[in-house]
Amino acid sequence: MSSILVIAEHRRGELRPVSLELVAAANELRAAGEQVVVGLIGKNAHAFVAAVSKEGVDEIATVTAPVEDFDPDVSEEAVRALIAQYSPSLVLIPHSVDSYGYVAVLAAKDQLGLATDVYKIAREEGGWVATRGGYGQKVAVELDFPGRSCVCLAVRSGSYKPNEAAASPTVTAVDVPALQARSTPLDYIEVSAGGDVDITTVPFIMSVGRGLGDEANLPRFKELAEQVGATLCCSRPIADSGWLPKSRQVGQSGKTASACKLYIAMGISGAIQHLAGMKHVETIIAVNTDPQASIFNVAKYGIVGDIFEVADALEQEFS
Amino acid sequence: MKILIAIKQAIALDEDFEIRADGRDIEEDFFLPDLNEWDEYSLEEAMLIKERHADTPVEVVCVTIAPDSADEALRKCLAKGADRAIRVWDESMEGSDPVAIARALAAVAKKEAPDLFFAGVQSSDHAHGATGIAVAGFLGWAHSAVVARLDYTPGAKEVALKRELEGGLSQELRLPCPAVLTIQLGINKPRYASLRGMKLAAAKPIETLAPGDIGLATNDCGESGSLARVRRMYVPEKQRAQILAGDVAAQAKALAAIIREATGS
Ligand SMILES: Cc1cc2nc3c(=O)[nH]c(=O)nc-3n(C[C@H](O)[C@H](O)[C@H](O)COP(=O)(O)OP(=O)(O)OC[C@H]3O[C@@H](n4cnc5c(N)ncnc54)[C@H](O)[C@@H]3O)c2cc1C
Repeated sequence: MSSILVIAEHRRGELRPVSLELVAAANELRAAGEQVVVGLIGKNAHAFVAAVSKEGVDEIATVTAPVEDFDPDVSEEAVRALIAQYSPSLVLIPHSVDSYGYVAVLAAKDQLGLATDVYKIAREEGGWVATRGGYGQKVAVELDFPGRSCVCLAVRSGSYKPNEAAASPTVTAVDVPALQARSTPLDYIEVSAGGDVDITTVPFIMSVGRGLGDEANLPRFKELAEQVGATLCCSRPIADSGWLPKSRQVGQSGKTASACKLYIAMGISGAIQHLAGMKHVETIIAVNTDPQASIFNVAKYGIVGDIFEVADALEQEFS
Repeated sequence: MKILIAIKQAIALDEDFEIRADGRDIEEDFFLPDLNEWDEYSLEEAMLIKERHADTPVEVVCVTIAPDSADEALRKCLAKGADRAIRVWDESMEGSDPVAIARALAAVAKKEAPDLFFAGVQSSDHAHGATGIAVAGFLGWAHSAVVARLDYTPGAKEVALKRELEGGLSQELRLPCPAVLTIQLGINKPRYASLRGMKLAAAKPIETLAPGDIGLATNDCGESGSLARVRRMYVPEKQRAQILAGDVAAQAKALAAIIREATGS
């Protein structure tokens, strides 16, 4: 029987929410009679069975790994074994730092169709069609996979609404004897606010990006943020340069502006990893000289203009 | 000891760009090429290893799979201190996806036999995040993606590194060598090329190879060597922000009103 395989992702004992988004995607894409199988890989894979027992899942396949933490070789070999067992035409994997580490290796070795950071999937007569962004997300790129009977897609989180309704799928333990990790995991390290403000809790953020240009321009934005009552945050290049602490970086590898209601993005282009931390905010205002900047796709209001001129004028409004 | 670095001339798009007649790419006239931002960091990381271990000679070699328009990116790397630059190309490579590019990079790696292979986490244009790691597949080497710190002594059997994860988390780990690593932004502070460096780079040769020279057959390259094919490119319909009209004073007034309403101040 044909199937769609979803690879669930977990870290430090918790299922990552994108896993359930992929379950929903698989369920939406399945043809009549097609099975949706969720693959769980881990030292204690069974622990996640309840968390992925959702409507639309026919079977959960657990693979017991020799290591607790993610290892690219273990994931590669385990997914290979799951593909051999279930012959899926489509494998859905979260587009994440973990999958960055092994999906392309698996696809290259086994010559499977491959696309990453996919946000739309369609099924056509000729096979699967995946859509992703190109040229800094300025265009959409449609890919197909001629001659590939199995296609692996790494799917961007937030592309599908998670399936929350519980169900009781069959659980099968898949034995993969040859699993061996080459990496030796040591410690996890967390960026802490360390006495500074916790940006996940603040309601109003003004964020500066590379448009700031120079560290010497930072103080006036600090003052402006204070004047309007906002917490000053930033995109990655500003934190990487050490101009603001890493704990103030908004985005995928930084923090999510979880409690934010108003977000002013100053000189930020709107890269997908930045959006991951703020696109949910109710009122986003973007100031950017480039009228085509992607930040305007998520902003409610936009100013096409220079952040320094806007900062000057805004300062006058509040003085 | 040798470090091989994958380099890409990445493309930004000029305003008002147009889709190519066949609908599968953008007209080249609108391309604004530059060295991929991530590659600045992987080159710098290799240069730091070279400079920190002056007792062991470390050769830093850059390689790109691209037509001669990418020579500029390689020259930039040479100007920053890379020892050699290699470019592989012929028409059969047109239409290569990240995996076809990776196969060619791996073929160069087999020839050059480096101790470490670096690539950027992704490229600033298409952001596949796949090319560098796929090289590890073709070589069978240990690998790690999104490396945000690296400790390596030339000749060592292992590297110690920090892998950047999501949400401000990272993980330290060790990996056996040789290894393929994809390097993340912020791992170091990339240097600028000096005037002297640029002069020296202009005189250095770029070694050019054809796929056949590195043992690739025609069907290893281009679309036949790829796992995906671009069928169509288009500008998606998007929800756009409401653009605040008027001069900057009027825009600031409107912005202030939005702020006051949202904050109730
Ligand atoms: C695994 C991974 C994780 C990442 N995590 C994060 C993350 O957590 N957070 C994050 O932010 N990024 C993250 N990134 C990086 C991300 O891809 C982008 O590189 C980054 O967000 C770009 O920041 P930016 O928008 O400030 O800079 P740019 O993309 O360079 O944009 C600068 C913008 O400023 C505008 N501008 C310039 N001058 C002016 C002016 N005077 N007035 C007005 N506008 C001006 C320009 O038009 C441009 O749009 C991550 C990347 C990867 C691969």
